Amino acid sequence: MGGFIWLPAVASILLSLVAWDGIGGIQQMRFVGLGNYADLLTIHPTFWRAIANGLIWLAGLGLVATPLGVLFAVLLDRRMRGSAFYESALYLPVVLSLALVGFIWQLQYAPEQGFLNQLLGRTTQGQLIDWLGDREINIWAALVAGGWRHVGYITLLYLAGLRSADPTLREAAAMDGATEWQAFRWVTLPVLRPVNVVIVVVTAIEALRAFDIPWVINRGQNGLELLSTIVANGLLGEATRVGYASAAATILLLLSVVPIALYLRRALRGDSGAA
Amino acid sequence: MTGGAADPVPRREAVRITRRRVLRGAAGLAGLVAIGGLLRACSPAASPNATSRLTLGSNYADDVPRRALQQVIDEFSARTGTEVVVNTVAPGPFQERIGAYLQGTPDDVFSWYGGNRMRFFAERGLVADISDVWADLPNQSDAARRAAMGNDGRQYLVPFITYPWVIVHRRSAWRAAGYARPETLAELLELCRRMEADGRVPFAFGSREGWPAMGTFDIINLRLNGHDFHLALLEGRERWTDARVRAAFEQWRALLPFHQQGALGRTWQEAARSMLTGEAGMVFLGTFAAEQATAEEREDLEIFPFPRLGTEFDAEMAIDAPINGFMLSRAPANPAAARELLRHLATPAAQSSYVMANPSRIPTATGADTSAFSNLQRQMIEVIAGAGRLAQFFDRDTRPDFAGADGMQAMLGDFLQHPEQDLDAFLARVQQLWDSLD
Repeated sequence: MGGFIWLPAVASILLSLVAWDGIGGIQQMRFVGLGNYADLLTIHPTFWRAIANGLIWLAGLGLVATPLGVLFAVLLDRRMRGSAFYESALYLPVVLSLALVGFIWQLQYAPEQGFLNQLLGRTTQGQLIDWLGDREINIWAALVAGGWRHVGYITLLYLAGLRSADPTLREAAAMDGATEWQAFRWVTLPVLRPVNVVIVVVTAIEALRAFDIPWVINRGQNGLELLSTIVANGLLGEATRVGYASAAATILLLLSVVPIALYLRRALRGDSGAA
Repeated sequence: MTGGAADPVPRREAVRITRRRVLRGAAGLAGLVAIGGLLRACSPAASPNATSRLTLGSNYADDVPRRALQQVIDEFSARTGTEVVVNTVAPGPFQERIGAYLQGTPDDVFSWYGGNRMRFFAERGLVADISDVWADLPNQSDAARRAAMGNDGRQYLVPFITYPWVIVHRRSAWRAAGYARPETLAELLELCRRMEADGRVPFAFGSREGWPAMGTFDIINLRLNGHDFHLALLEGRERWTDARVRAAFEQWRALLPFHQQGALGRTWQEAARSMLTGEAGMVFLGTFAAEQATAEEREDLEIFPFPRLGTEFDAEMAIDAPINGFMLSRAPANPAAARELLRHLATPAAQSSYVMANPSRIPTATGADTSAFSNLQRQMIEVIAGAGRLAQFFDRDTRPDFAGADGMQAMLGDFLQHPEQDLDAFLARVQQLWDSLD
């Protein structure tokens, strides 16, 4: 099973050391060593912006969307009136594929005909907000679209965790005079340790997986570059640069595997050690 | 073992799910599937008759082009008795997977584009030489001949339809406002200022996909520096750091204030609509912009080539007029019938039949009967006939990896966002990009 997962990754790493246009067999590949990596880091017009955008996406999901999801889960756990409605409202974006989410949101962001600019009354030249074309703000616009869906996802996961937690612990904390926040911080959160690990890993994975929304908007150009779109642009096209794209993919792999492995090791070791 | 009285929750008699039952169920299901497969294999498959069946891979996926093409194919089938199976794929995925497609089991004939975009695959031996088909073709223009030629001088593409990149506007709007067609740069700037005074933005401009901006670069470079320099630049024989290229970008920079802002957030379809609704005075686009118009709006459209820029190349009146055609895959199942189809597609009659059904294109073959063409099509023919030299379009005249999303699309996007940047540094980066390829 390890081979099943790791063989393609190893193949990608090996491909990143050659220059190949995807046509012909192994004889057509030209070994270039680390040349592809050098090109990526120095000549590629948007590589560093892609890295920065990836970090922005991670920060957006991790510092805003995920805490928001946790907050909504805690609120929904109280089972107030209408919570069924709120739950459906939060879960609805989760059912949509990311490509569809991207499509829906780009209609909202359209310069003259989109909902947002119409609402703000800024649809004429000189006034309009270029949500998708202005390099400074379009990554945030895409992030809102991605976060919209992510919040529901986190709510779903955390709510399941909360509902499976022992309610008597929280009652005991309330009886001891703890406030809501204190009960959450000192009782619920530690008890939900496994769910927390899942939430953090899911957030990191969703951030690294970010691709569909920028791709659907404009194929990851002009401010919406991500490592994943660089890989896709190198592979999908008439003149594919397989080695170059594989180098980008390998960098993405390293950036993904290292932090997640370190975090999981620490979290799970803490679990199995003395409680 | 029965639960007895110790069961806390009353349970209905449930089927116990044991491992054995699951395995038996899976085996039964597998058996059913296998039997189904056997039956399908036993039934007589539609055996392809080697002399009367062909496959055609087409990226004419939108309604209008698809039906128009089907009409042409039906006429061919009726005439020759050959059955043609058309496999239609949306343009984006079709172009993206063309490499894998051609290396695998492609259809006998497939739709593609002329210029370097075709030469790339011809060089790698993925398409068949059809110079023999060309030998029989009358009525082909020089531009078509060049667009269809590989680097070895042999022909690989049969040209089908074409369209020019021009300035498009609404006749009624211009007549009402009293605008006249500009012939020179000075007249164009004057017209732009008048449009602004009237509360319109002169040029609609949408380049979110990345490639529409290439049309503007092309026409400015063609007018300013000539057709030969433009093609040499795109093929790498001239350098982007040349002073002439810098002059082209400076000219573009001077025209940008008259274009719609936020072009990188706007698709070409939205830009075309701004022109049609009157928000913008005109749009510089291929005549496919007419696809955004209703039938009456289309009748109201007028086109003209980009004005002269006052250089020695004015007489040339070069424009972009991309040629779409069909090619033969390298090992077709039915070579004779496939060549027949290609010959048919190159005839003026077949092309006329197509453009009658798809009014934003015109035939490449000369001598087609134009009496029933629409107003717009007649104008298109006039423009192309009046152009001295024809280029294909940026992304067809140069290497696909240079023109792609990681290449010039990103660079031009950068220029459009920051037109006041240091052009020498910018062009040095473009040259570096070219040098890094291959």
